[in-house]
Amino acid sequence: MTQTTPGQHLLSELVAHLREHRTRLREEWAERIQQAHLLAAMTPQEMAAETTSVYDNYVEVLETGSVEALQHYARDLSERIIPRGVETHEVVGIVLLLRDVLARSLFEKYQRDFGLLNQVLDAYEPAANRIANTVAVSFVDERERVIRQQQDAIRELSTPVLPVRERLLILPIIGVLDSDRARQLTEQLLAGIRRHRARVVVIDITGAPDVDVAVANHLVQTVDASRLMGASVIITGLSPKIAQTLVTIGVDLSKMNTIGDLQGGLEEAERLLGYAVTKKEDATLS
Amino acid sequence: MSILRQGSTLIASVHTALDDSELERFRTDLVAQIGEHRSRGVIIDVAALDVIDSFAALTLRTIAEMARLRGARTVIVGIQPEVAFTMVRLGMGTGSIPTALDLEEGLALLTGGVDDGRRRP
Repeated sequence: MTQTTPGQHLLSELVAHLREHRTRLREEWAERIQQAHLLAAMTPQEMAAETTSVYDNYVEVLETGSVEALQHYARDLSERIIPRGVETHEVVGIVLLLRDVLARSLFEKYQRDFGLLNQVLDAYEPAANRIANTVAVSFVDERERVIRQQQDAIRELSTPVLPVRERLLILPIIGVLDSDRARQLTEQLLAGIRRHRARVVVIDITGAPDVDVAVANHLVQTVDASRLMGASVIITGLSPKIAQTLVTIGVDLSKMNTIGDLQGGLEEAERLLGYAVTKKEDATLS
Repeated sequence: MSILRQGSTLIASVHTALDDSELERFRTDLVAQIGEHRSRGVIIDVAALDVIDSFAALTLRTIAEMARLRGARTVIVGIQPEVAFTMVRLGMGTGSIPTALDLEEGLALLTGGVDDGRRRP
């Protein structure tokens, strides 16, 4: 038998109280959530289900003092509700509401004995605050994880290296090319050259509005590095603005093979690779 | 490193990073063998290197130039992506020496089967 301290004794009394009035307190809580217009994205059924499990988890943490199960549950909950557009303030809001609802019920129960009420609150408050903290942190963690995942996906999508023919890669660049993206572009291109055994690469920058001096330099270096790996690079779609930047920074552009548009670039690439594309006279589009 | 003969081509593979004196010996050996075997082409395979410093790059350029004077064309093959970018960033290219992705490509380049895709002056 372990010795129980007065605090633990109070806490178990408290837990018993919360279990006894579970239905009433949970409904009161759900009502206050609705009044505060939180979790508007959820249906009443979902809300009933979630509030019940949050309530049970809450009481369990008060009883055991272990937040591990709650952490797990909070992460799981976050995973389900983040795609529905539930915001951080809503999650924190409902947990704080539950804390308040339960505190009120304790006031009610112990209002005759102020000293005892104080002791009960001493036991209740730290546990309740720890729960609120855990839920908020789990939610934010989960959201950050989702954001990181999306960033990775965007990054990968933003510089696709596409094989068009054997030994021929296209790298369309769309959107602003900052130095982060430029570095990543280089990595992906050089890896792509190896993977696809490319001999010719067409980099099309029609969709890039402008580049700064650092990025322009980086682009020139990428062309040189590709050459070291045995692939020649054709750059197409240089806008007048980018052309001006490249000329102004005074890099050696004589080695740069540039062609006006992507179509011309592909034709040149095919010529280099020895392809001859001919049009069939009787071709139909049927 | 090892130097193999394949027809009229010498294939020199560098297996580990070489220090400066080893590089010089490599250069001497290779250029001597070009004469012995009457080679017309030299392929230097650096696929195993994860770093090429400025002296190594310079040595490669000298070998190519010496080989040219002795009647052989040189191709450098197998430069790793990170190595390629580092070399370019530090401003050390391979000069005018042709490069190819790997041994196979290098042989094709030397035997003239492939247009190396570069504009020649």
